[in-house]
Amino acid sequence: MSDKDSKRGGITRRSFITTMGAGVAGVAASGALFSGTSQAKAPEIHKAGEAMRITLTINDHPYVLLVEPRWTLLHVLREVIGLTGTKEGCGRGECGACTVLIDDIPRYACMTLAVEAQGHAVTTVEGLMHGEDLGVVQQAFVQKDAFQCGYCTSGQIMASEGLLRANPLPSSEEIRRGVSGNLCRCGAYTHIFEAVEAAAEMKQK
Amino acid sequence: MLPHFSYIRPETGSEAMSQLSDPESFVLAGGTDLLGCLRERIFPVRKLVSINGLAQFHGITETEDGGVRIGALTTITEVETHPLIQNRFPGLARGASEVASPQLRNQGTIGGNLCQKPRCWYYRGEFDCLRKGGSQCFAAEGQNQFHCIFGGDGICFIVHPSDTAPPLIALNASAVIAGPKGKKRQVPLEKFHVLPADDLHKETVLNPDEMVTEILIPPPPPRTRSTYRKVRARRAWDFSLAGVALAVHIEDNKVVNSRVVLSGAAPVPWRSKAVEDVIQDRELNSKTIADAAQAVVEGAEPLEHNQYKLPLFQGVMEEELLALTNQA
Ligand SMILES: Cc1cc2nc3c(=O)[nH]c(=O)nc-3n(C[C@H](O)[C@H](O)[C@H](O)COP(=O)(O)OP(=O)(O)OC[C@H]3O[C@@H](n4cnc5c(N)ncnc54)[C@H](O)[C@@H]3O)c2cc1C
Ligand code: SF4
Ligand code: FES
Ligand code: FES
Repeated sequence: MSDKDSKRGGITRRSFITTMGAGVAGVAASGALFSGTSQAKAPEIHKAGEAMRITLTINDHPYVLLVEPRWTLLHVLREVIGLTGTKEGCGRGECGACTVLIDDIPRYACMTLAVEAQGHAVTTVEGLMHGEDLGVVQQAFVQKDAFQCGYCTSGQIMASEGLLRANPLPSSEEIRRGVSGNLCRCGAYTHIFEAVEAAAEMKQK
Repeated sequence: MLPHFSYIRPETGSEAMSQLSDPESFVLAGGTDLLGCLRERIFPVRKLVSINGLAQFHGITETEDGGVRIGALTTITEVETHPLIQNRFPGLARGASEVASPQLRNQGTIGGNLCQKPRCWYYRGEFDCLRKGGSQCFAAEGQNQFHCIFGGDGICFIVHPSDTAPPLIALNASAVIAGPKGKKRQVPLEKFHVLPADDLHKETVLNPDEMVTEILIPPPPPRTRSTYRKVRARRAWDFSLAGVALAVHIEDNKVVNSRVVLSGAAPVPWRSKAVEDVIQDRELNSKTIADAAQAVVEGAEPLEHNQYKLPLFQGVMEEELLALTNQA
């Protein structure tokens, strides 16, 4: 595994080593490993506290991870892989800060077990970047000043991204509904709605 | 961090059923309710049996008789947006659209919605209340503004949290339940939930080794209109304070048949026979509607802090029946 590859996977050499230090192997795997046939075995019980191997893609990169059954996807994204763009607000499905896309559909990472992401494609706010450049929805949020403290922002952006992937030209009512699972304690809502509208237009071009 | 549990994701229905026979095993569907219960350590969970590998329990199809079959793993969003549901059972589409938030609808399933645990804040908090095996109901004399006005029977005052069960019951739907050794039974959803007086320690008729595999909705009689209305404090996340599901069959301006089910009213989705009787064979004019609004709270037993629910239910019933007549 080259340094460059591991960086692209959202893992730096340092966080990889930290991860190993915590007794957990988080490995940015090669495509070949991911598409292997080793998954064909009959399912077995994974004991409490025992690490279990899962394969998934995160931001278009294949991963093989060892996770405990009780770890949430949010925990794995932030603490195991080091993708801290996804935030923890309430940890109980009531704020939206942890919103990620799973197979393009917005979900709360705090209410999803990592083992349940087996075989799926996860997109986090980091995955919207084009190299060093912001993605379209991110740009629109900056342009429209759609945040104050920024804590809810990555969740808002992922909910908006998911909305626009399913519905490229949402009405203003659809936009309000689309981000209704994301609280903003700073009350930036009107700017958020404007940003989603702007992002929809920018994506059309 | 969640407490420890073991985990298995069976690939066949029969394997899932045999896994469920272990004590303290729980079905994991979307996890939107169960993970919250685990986090708060409300009941002991030793093993999660994920049924998400069982594709046969997913999706919406038309049955031969013109009804609809909804697999237990179908997400709330899919129920909300499916053309068959929107066209034939708008009350159910509406109920689904009122659940939680977009993200929770994307991951929560219809099976989980019917089987979800109560939201009483004592139950969800660190109170060893009656329902959790303790000796006292804290809501009886405590903060009971979100509790029931029917069916508590002086025992436990939860309201059933589901927004899909009331419209499903109005539509006369039933649940197909799989048990050990290939056993199967079908239970009308009206009889699926359990009152505290019948069993304080479970919310549904399911045994621990059973699970819901699908929901069946019979074809609606022609000219049946179904609706659902939910009143809540915020437009996202909040559970029903007062809700009404209607399925009303009107012929020559008269109500031939109706099923009226309330949310936010009782420990189970509450069928209001009183309203059904009042509107039977009558035209839905202002007199009938006023009588129905009276009837909806007949026999209610409000607690200290939830008296507001009485006028709320009356108002909602009035508005919903009015809206129904305007649909014609
Ligand atoms: C913040 C918040 C707000 C919410 N608001 C609402 C709301 O407004 N209205 C509403 O109706 N709900 C609401 N919910 C509850 C919940 O999200 C939904 O009810 C959801 O549909 C549950 O489905 P699930 O698949 O996620 O269930 P899970 O969490 O997977 O399961 C819930 C329970 O049902 C059991 N179960 C699941 N599937 C089956 C099956 N097929 N057979 C037998 N048992 C099964 C599980 O063992 C568990 O005990 C809310 C939840 C949260 C966290
Ligand atoms: S209402 Fe039921 S769940 Fe709530 S405190 Fe009383 S016994 Fe417990
Ligand atoms: S942290 Fe997941 S919804 Fe609040
Ligand atoms: S910008 Fe501060 S919470 Fe939304």
